[in-house]
Amino acid sequence: MKKRCISLLVENDIGVLARISGLFSGKSYNLDSLTVGTTEDTTISRMTITLTSDDQTFEQIKKQLNRSIEVIKVMDFTDMAVHMKELMFVKIHGCLEKDMVKITCIKEIFQVKLIDYNASNVLIESVQTEGRNNELIRLLEENFPGKLEIVRGGNVAIEAISISEK
Amino acid sequence: MQITGAELFVKALLAENVNTLFAYPGGQVIDLFDALYDTKELDVIVPRHEQGLVHAADGYARSTGKVGVCLVTSGPGATNLVTGIAAANYDSVPLVCFTGQVPTHLIGNDAFQEVDIVGITRSISKYAVTVRHREELAAAIKKAFCIARTGKPGVVVVDLPKDVQQAMGSDIYPDHVEIRGYKPNTTVHMGQIKKALNCLKQAKYPVFLLGGGVNIAHANEEMTALAEKTGIPVVTTIMGKGAVPTNHPLYVGNIGIHGSYAANMAISQCDLLFSIGVRFNDRITGKVSEFAEKAVIVHVDIDPASISRNIKVDIPIVADAKKAIMALLEKAESLDFSEWRSKIGEWKTQKPLGMEQQELFGVTPLAVIKKINEVFDQAIITTDVGQNQLWTTQFLEITDQKQMLTSGGLGTMGYGLPAALGASLGNPGKDVVAICGDGGVQMNIQEMATAVVYELPITICILNNGYLGNVRQWQEMFFQGRYSGTCLRYRRGCPEKCGTQNNSAAPAAGCPEYIPDFVSLAESYGAKAIRVQKYEEIESALREAKNTKKVPTVIEFIIEREANVLPMVSPGKSIDHMIMEVQTNEKKMY
Repeated sequence: MKKRCISLLVENDIGVLARISGLFSGKSYNLDSLTVGTTEDTTISRMTITLTSDDQTFEQIKKQLNRSIEVIKVMDFTDMAVHMKELMFVKIHGCLEKDMVKITCIKEIFQVKLIDYNASNVLIESVQTEGRNNELIRLLEENFPGKLEIVRGGNVAIEAISISEK
Repeated sequence: MQITGAELFVKALLAENVNTLFAYPGGQVIDLFDALYDTKELDVIVPRHEQGLVHAADGYARSTGKVGVCLVTSGPGATNLVTGIAAANYDSVPLVCFTGQVPTHLIGNDAFQEVDIVGITRSISKYAVTVRHREELAAAIKKAFCIARTGKPGVVVVDLPKDVQQAMGSDIYPDHVEIRGYKPNTTVHMGQIKKALNCLKQAKYPVFLLGGGVNIAHANEEMTALAEKTGIPVVTTIMGKGAVPTNHPLYVGNIGIHGSYAANMAISQCDLLFSIGVRFNDRITGKVSEFAEKAVIVHVDIDPASISRNIKVDIPIVADAKKAIMALLEKAESLDFSEWRSKIGEWKTQKPLGMEQQELFGVTPLAVIKKINEVFDQAIITTDVGQNQLWTTQFLEITDQKQMLTSGGLGTMGYGLPAALGASLGNPGKDVVAICGDGGVQMNIQEMATAVVYELPITICILNNGYLGNVRQWQEMFFQGRYSGTCLRYRRGCPEKCGTQNNSAAPAAGCPEYIPDFVSLAESYGAKAIRVQKYEEIESALREAKNTKKVPTVIEFIIEREANVLPMVSPGKSIDHMIMEVQTNEKKMY
């Protein structure tokens, strides 16, 4: 089993997302995250799909995606130089004054932003690799158990030019 | 010129050379039916149920090679197509199914007879789309026909909201359409072909395994020539049966769970498996890890997703079967495999198909199908699903003058009768025979009416054993004879657990009468009907049916109640583990 990433160009039409996600559920393929949005060409959407699978299943997934009429191009990013990031919001509820020191420290180390707050709540915006976000969550859970509200946006990825990060 | 969507629909069908339309009216297609009213060039066939309709279109498409076209209304009209769409798509049959839909402004409102048919059929069709704007209609229909008939053929659903049918718009129907996400493979990789042929030179025990892809590509002649040139024996899947004539000396038989002993042995012992147009379905592989385990496997298929999915392939060739076969034929050399062939010949003689039925001169399935082989030398044979299908795929002889249509992938009971009428409509003057069981034929028995009103002289053979025989066979062999839910003569008042082995109340002469009486039922539809209870009556009944013009003939064959399909691969075992006979209680007649 290995973590994989696929970037898909698809028709920007009604039902295409259902077709792709239905393929994964119908054939019992596991899916870790799926993001989708329009591209520079508004008739085309681009999906970034991350999943965990063995080699044989992954080959089959790529073939099945290629077979869908709505899919224009399948790109396997698994072993390619890419930039891959995930947007994540973490709200920390019930912060005490002394917690702010910790939060500021974590913010500095992880290079995330504090984008909203009041007397007892803080909102962190993190645009990081999925792995870094996992580490951030682990650290926050240790420090603020039971106080977190997390929204993860799923990975988006694009081919690298000179450097890569994923 | 400005025309309505409905008028454009008719224009599009004519431009696509559609001359037979399988259609059932309803509220959301009334505009389309109105546009069809004055269209002389289109033969509009109205079956009695949408499921019968779509199977008829399927039988039409399989037997003619043309796209089968369906038109039904929204809601229940559309949902009644679902089973037939799945059946056709599974067997790569080109269909375009038009469904009416509520007007676009009502979609999502839970309007009367509104269903999301595109959503429902997404996973069982090649492509499905709702046409939301009148200006998209022409391209959508063009695209539908293109996708249905090219590459690996399949079913396309085109959902047409009522307001799109009514709206005025351009009368232009395009000659071609660009689909950027759809580029079916049209070439053959010669490097791979050479690799495959090199393997062939080194092989001692090679076998051709042919599937439905060879029949769909109409590569039968080329394939026969290739087998003859190389001298390699041929086995087939159910869908591949007839890829080379079944009376050809190189033809061994079907493989799989009810395959012939010789064919399954050939797969298990071969050192090169040259497979074309198959997808290694679980019914043919048996235990996957032991399937052709000594062999190098070559696999030709138009669908890359079929390759190395179930069975790991050594030499993949993504190509249309006919093109690949022609390339192979050009480069292949004549080789000597006579020793291997005689080995297979020995297996064939040792354990022939139908051996358990050879001695009986009753109305056995073997006897019926042998007579069908004799009487109908040029015909299209359809089957239903179950024992009737398995016996047919075992015993039917197929030459270049014959064709067999069967629901192989989905295994849809109720397919045989409507598919036969579709085949008859597509092939006027050709004999069409449906081989059904008493269970399956009742699933679309209403299409008797369609066969009568359109004067289709089809022969409907009902092998009546009063059971859902295939499941009953499993219950007999693997569930201690606990016939749960499979007796069609059951009535309230029958003894409890009738049929359980060692139960004195086993089915016998005292069973309730079978209903319906197929003979009087057929006659009430205006069809001819014959009941056959003796061996001597089989041939004359078939001849009478063959000579009957303009009306269908139903022949009810009363067969032994507990006849089995043998041999059979033990569940979960490799395909050379075959059960050749079943020790049971004495077989019972009515």
